[in-house]
Amino acid sequence: MTDPLLSVRNLTMDIPVGGGTLHAVRGIDFDLNRGETLCIVGESGSGKSLTSLALMGLLGKGIQRSADRMTFDGIELTKASKRQMRALRGGRMSMIFQEPMTSLNPAYTIGDQLAEALLLHRTVTREQARARAVELLEKVGITAAESRLSQYPHQLSGGLRQRVMIAMALMCEPELIIADEPTTALDVTIQAQILRLLYDLGREMNMAMILITHDLGVVARVADKVAVMYAGELVETGPVAEIFNTPSHPYTRGLLRCIPLPGKTERGKSLGTIPGIVPSLVGSVEGCVFRTRCPHATMECRGAIPQHHDGEHAFRCIFADGKRHSDKELTA
Amino acid sequence: MASVTPHDRLLDEITGPTPGQMLRKRIFGHQGLLIGLVVLILLTLVAIFAPLLAPHDPYAQSLMNRMVPPVFMGGTWEHPLGTDHLGRDYLSRLIYGARVSLLIGAVAALISGVIGTAMGVAAGYFGGKVDAVVTFLINVRLAMPVVLVALAVVAILGGSLEVVIVVLGLLLWDRFAVVMRASTMQVRRREYVAAAQVIGASTPRILLSEIMPNIANNLIVVVTLEMAHAILLEAALSFLGLGVQPPTPSWGLMVSEGKNMMLFEPWLVLIPGAVLFVLVLAINLMGDGLRDVTAPENRS
Amino acid sequence: MLQFILKRLGLAVLVAFTVSFISFSLLFLSGDPAAALAGETASGEDIEAIRRLYGFDRPMLVQYGDWLMSALRGDFGESYYFKLPVASLIGDRLGVTMLLGVCGISFALLTAVPLGVVAAIRPNSIIDRIALFLSVAGQAMPSFWFGLILIVVFAIQLGWLPPSGAATWKHFIMPTIVLGYYAMPAIMRLTRAGMLDVLSSDYIRTARAKGANETRVLFRHALRNAIIPVVSLAAVQMGFMLGGSIVVESIFALHGAGYLAWESIARNDLPTVQALILIFSMFYIVFTFLADVLNAWLDPRMRSS
Repeated sequence: MTDPLLSVRNLTMDIPVGGGTLHAVRGIDFDLNRGETLCIVGESGSGKSLTSLALMGLLGKGIQRSADRMTFDGIELTKASKRQMRALRGGRMSMIFQEPMTSLNPAYTIGDQLAEALLLHRTVTREQARARAVELLEKVGITAAESRLSQYPHQLSGGLRQRVMIAMALMCEPELIIADEPTTALDVTIQAQILRLLYDLGREMNMAMILITHDLGVVARVADKVAVMYAGELVETGPVAEIFNTPSHPYTRGLLRCIPLPGKTERGKSLGTIPGIVPSLVGSVEGCVFRTRCPHATMECRGAIPQHHDGEHAFRCIFADGKRHSDKELTA
Repeated sequence: MASVTPHDRLLDEITGPTPGQMLRKRIFGHQGLLIGLVVLILLTLVAIFAPLLAPHDPYAQSLMNRMVPPVFMGGTWEHPLGTDHLGRDYLSRLIYGARVSLLIGAVAALISGVIGTAMGVAAGYFGGKVDAVVTFLINVRLAMPVVLVALAVVAILGGSLEVVIVVLGLLLWDRFAVVMRASTMQVRRREYVAAAQVIGASTPRILLSEIMPNIANNLIVVVTLEMAHAILLEAALSFLGLGVQPPTPSWGLMVSEGKNMMLFEPWLVLIPGAVLFVLVLAINLMGDGLRDVTAPENRS
Repeated sequence: MLQFILKRLGLAVLVAFTVSFISFSLLFLSGDPAAALAGETASGEDIEAIRRLYGFDRPMLVQYGDWLMSALRGDFGESYYFKLPVASLIGDRLGVTMLLGVCGISFALLTAVPLGVVAAIRPNSIIDRIALFLSVAGQAMPSFWFGLILIVVFAIQLGWLPPSGAATWKHFIMPTIVLGYYAMPAIMRLTRAGMLDVLSSDYIRTARAKGANETRVLFRHALRNAIIPVVSLAAVQMGFMLGGSIVVESIFALHGAGYLAWESIARNDLPTVQALILIFSMFYIVFTFLADVLNAWLDPRMRSS
């Protein structure tokens, strides 16, 4: 097996806050091969966006990042200089953000902003950059691409802007693309189109993709691998089929019960909810973070939690089978 | 194996300090606000108890004791801050001057506050033509050069404390109108205003019990800023000889009177100006602090 | 865009007319302008004669119409005190005030914008604190007192600069600082707040995600957007500053329009005062109009609508 394109071990992020330290993300491990799509799922505030920003080196000033390993094609990102990171960002790894309405600079034309992405990394002329911009705008399905170049962001709809953002991320043919809930802010009808587009382009250009989402329906369709995050931890990772067929962590099962899945959800039965609230991550965080909401929680859940491996499928729980076969959850 | 009830464990993590406790914590944690408040209270006490505190009659001239230097420049404790060109005790005049400044600041801010708030709230609440008229009036008012108009009007009507107060009060309502208009517009869109309208509350009732309480924090901030503005303007008018007239002890006037002797006795200018600076600084610090403490983005 | 300009122009003209009416009305604030003009010792007949001579016996609106028509032609009547045409009197003095205004606003912008930018890039740093201190102090500083202190220090004690007059560029240094410092705090605060706001925006993150370096992010992506509201504020401040030149010019004995205003007010020279109020208002109206147009042009969202 070749080395993975992206390899992360024990990625941790702390944010100093008024009353101590917020342990926002703790001990994240995952690998991603070229051309593979990893979906990170979890509720808002579970640390998905922080994780993606950490990979890009775009964390805010107050956030302390550490990792045993965080390599991109062999380059250790935690030790990379600012200059090296700049060369990677937008060049070999790109990011698409959640908010297309505000992610484009209102003061410059679409053409300027697209061209900039290429001009920052390649020695090309403005004309070449603009030609490449037109090419990609067409690729992301924007009609009259040539005339769009002189338009300003406010003249485009949200869906169009997100297509522009995608085109911008693809300008340098990156090897990795990180999309942080790219469709959340869009109309439902547009969401599917944009995702389809991203997925197709990813396959076409053989890009690795990290897609952050909380839409499990999307995950089922596009992911090769799934990582489930809860309160700053990866509680379960694995190939998409295994996650959906044998969800091992109680939280993953809770998530799956919250959405209707064809062939899984019984007709006439109400969808599940996960009662309770996410614990505070300020101060020391010990034991399983899900225990405050888990129907199987015991006193032992306050102690160290073992990681169970089954090939690429891994999860953290004190129960070796994650209480997969308990009927307690069905009534919860 | 005893099962842990999830909710009990979390109770103390959820119940934080009450909003009142948080506000108190913010106020006492805000240095600028505290300093401004303390200085302003001190100066207000000085102004109120001026007759008790002043060592001399601020109007009593003594041609034998002209321009006695302050105690730190070789003077005596008889006149701690020396005397002016007419032999009047400088400290006493300074103490009485606090009355003039604070009175003008407070009353002018009150007058302009009533005018500006009425206009701003009306514009923000009713919108449409009312808003157009108010916005136009604000534009007209902003186009008029304040110092020039104030000077001209005071000169025509004759400089006196009352005239200066009224003229400033009638001129400085613009910021009240602008801020109150914007705040009212924001509050007006909230659900509870709609709710009050739905249950049939009268317009005056809605304005008083729904709108006003929710724009009061912004109003207080503007009051402090305009108070400072009025105090500075009075000092400037009096400095130019067209505000409060002698022998009334106004700090601006004292700077003006000391100006001619500035070359030899710079303290005649330095002291009243410094006191004026400290007063306005205190009011501004308080205003900025109040804005920080009550700003909606700080509330969560 | 054109529609916006026309609408804005219409408002400017309407404001200008209203201001002209108010400044004209000042004349009648004293009750009887003829009596005021004639002085306290004048007899009833003298006052009557003056009333007819200056046309005060006509209805106020007729007088206003007359005054306005002449003013539009550039004729503001004759100064009661100088016995010269007001227009030429002001014309002679306006240059100094304009020069002072331009120097003042330039000084304010050149200090406030860089300070505001640096303060926003490094919040709570030493420079941020210095900037905050300067702006808090500037807002509380009585400008006449600040001017006098500068004179004491730089003209009298150190002897570096001339204390008053307008003969050389050196004469303009202290007035520029005093007038500029008056406008600085507001511009500094707005620049800082604007930059902080823009720097935390999504499109700045996009620029970084593209691999742009910090200089490019700050100047090309952030400042370009943060500076738009500062343009408006600078115009407003410029208008206020010309109005405030009266204080500065009187301290430094700069014989500009502000100084003239002071003299005229002190001498009850109402035609001159009226004309000056109108002219200073016009400056404000023109500046804010130009700023709004420039603003609309700088902001693509307004330019294309």
